[in-house]
Amino acid sequence: MRNLIKRYRSKTQNIMKKINLDHISVNPMPPKVQDAMIKAIKQNYGNPSSLNAGGEQAAEVLENARGQVAKLINCKNNKEVIFTSGGTESANHAIKGIAFANAEKGKHIVTSNIEHSSVIRSIKRLTQLGYKATSVSVDKKGRVNPKDIKKALTDETILVSVMHGNNEIGTIQPIEEIARITKEKKIPFHSDAANTVGVIPIDVQKLGADILSFASNPYYGPTGVGGLYIRRGLNIWPMLDGGIQEKNKRAGTENLIGIIGMGAAAKLAMEKMDKRSEHLKNLKKLLISELPSYIDEYIINGDPENSLQNLISVSVKYIEGESILLMLEDAGYIVSTRSACATGSLRASHVLLSIGLKHEDAQGTIVITPGIENKKEDIIGFLKALKKIVTTLREISPLYK
Amino acid sequence: MLYSKTVMDHFKNPRNVGIIENADGIGEVGNPLCGDMMTIYLKIEDQKIKEIKFQTFGCGSAIAVSSILTELAIHKTIEAAKKITNKDVAKALEGLPKNKLHCSNLGADALQLAIKDYEAKKSGKTKPEPRRETEAHIPMHKKEGQKQCYCPYCDAKLSKKTTFCKACQSELDQEH
Repeated sequence: MRNLIKRYRSKTQNIMKKINLDHISVNPMPPKVQDAMIKAIKQNYGNPSSLNAGGEQAAEVLENARGQVAKLINCKNNKEVIFTSGGTESANHAIKGIAFANAEKGKHIVTSNIEHSSVIRSIKRLTQLGYKATSVSVDKKGRVNPKDIKKALTDETILVSVMHGNNEIGTIQPIEEIARITKEKKIPFHSDAANTVGVIPIDVQKLGADILSFASNPYYGPTGVGGLYIRRGLNIWPMLDGGIQEKNKRAGTENLIGIIGMGAAAKLAMEKMDKRSEHLKNLKKLLISELPSYIDEYIINGDPENSLQNLISVSVKYIEGESILLMLEDAGYIVSTRSACATGSLRASHVLLSIGLKHEDAQGTIVITPGIENKKEDIIGFLKALKKIVTTLREISPLYK
Repeated sequence: MLYSKTVMDHFKNPRNVGIIENADGIGEVGNPLCGDMMTIYLKIEDQKIKEIKFQTFGCGSAIAVSSILTELAIHKTIEAAKKITNKDVAKALEGLPKNKLHCSNLGADALQLAIKDYEAKKSGKTKPEPRRETEAHIPMHKKEGQKQCYCPYCDAKLSKKTTFCKACQSELDQEH
């Protein structure tokens, strides 16, 4: 009997519910989104490109979802939105598609030092094909100075790519100001908005970027589906050639179930934007204001004025991020880290080094991304666990005296 | 799980943490650029390691490496302790993830430095300089006894004068 209880306990402990403070990696889908997708699966829709009744019905729900996503970014013409397999495909498509379409005009690209790897590596790939790139640096808060972008432009420049909200430090870039410059020079402007679309209010008319890449999972939609806003008249090659799906811009039968989920999540995100924002802002404020009563000697990264409300990046001095992460998970809290030790490449984060952090401090960086289901108690519990862990690890550390 | 049970055990309950005041030997290795730094303190009596303590700044495996090293070394004679290698440490931990083998497995190096420090002090020589690498560490890419270079990340053969592995799309720190 005792053994039975022991076995039961170890089983229940294994599945003990952990508090997720890593929503930048994974977001739970709300019931409304789940229901929409389950309903769609059961419908057994036809192929949206088919001319039969089943196909027409599928095309109708596809266009409905497109409308929902277009509305989320205040895009007036639904045709300007195409669906992809996620933020990475969207960024690849935007950068390579524009570069290929404009190769005869020039082969120079301007970007920033703190982009997502899907942007960095797309541009790096193009440099293997003879394209040149200029990457502008950012200030200590992680902000790009639009004047630097202007200086970097040449007659050969065919694309500017600057992200909207950063996934490591949360800094939001002055996209409107950069767009004014690119518009004047008539250079296509791509912004990777994967961390902002559906999270903060976005109006593509005001924002001014010519092409915007985004994904559904940051705003509680399914993974594996994303979108691209392409301003009408923009010169761009498709990445996938084939049929005439997605207004001839992305061939291949659409991921209808995922797209329906993305549409449902977009509708929900619009309705609840203010409520969610306020809740997350309060959690962030609580965490930052309470932090000094739990730990000392840390750095909060990013720009306090222009920042994502759902992301807090903290560099804890004298200790290393992967150790913090493992111990936090043991205590029941999930966060992510930007320590080199936790990445496959064992390299320090380019974003943290770009904002001037020392290697040692970059090593101790954890990224906390609360979500709509988190409560104030989760934040306080997390801080209590963090305090204990920081004390333990600093006792081991030779850097802490 | 990324780490073996033994690694997790030593990470969560590290043995012999701390500093020995007036230690007979101190060994310090590491590289703040890639994140791991270790210090080993020794107390020697009758040519045996009577006490050993460590301090480590680093990831889970770096802490586990230091902890198990102190267990391997304690009560050993100096001659026996000199034979402990990084390989022995990794074996005692039931293996480490491949990409961590080089960067966090520095425990035995720190021990050897501490022993050298002890011997130098005893013979009245100056203390050996702590081994701190100033440049970002570069994983080994040449296999022992071979001229051919291999990618440090995926083990694919590399052509000469490249800074890019076509097989795994990794940027390489150094020209090969």
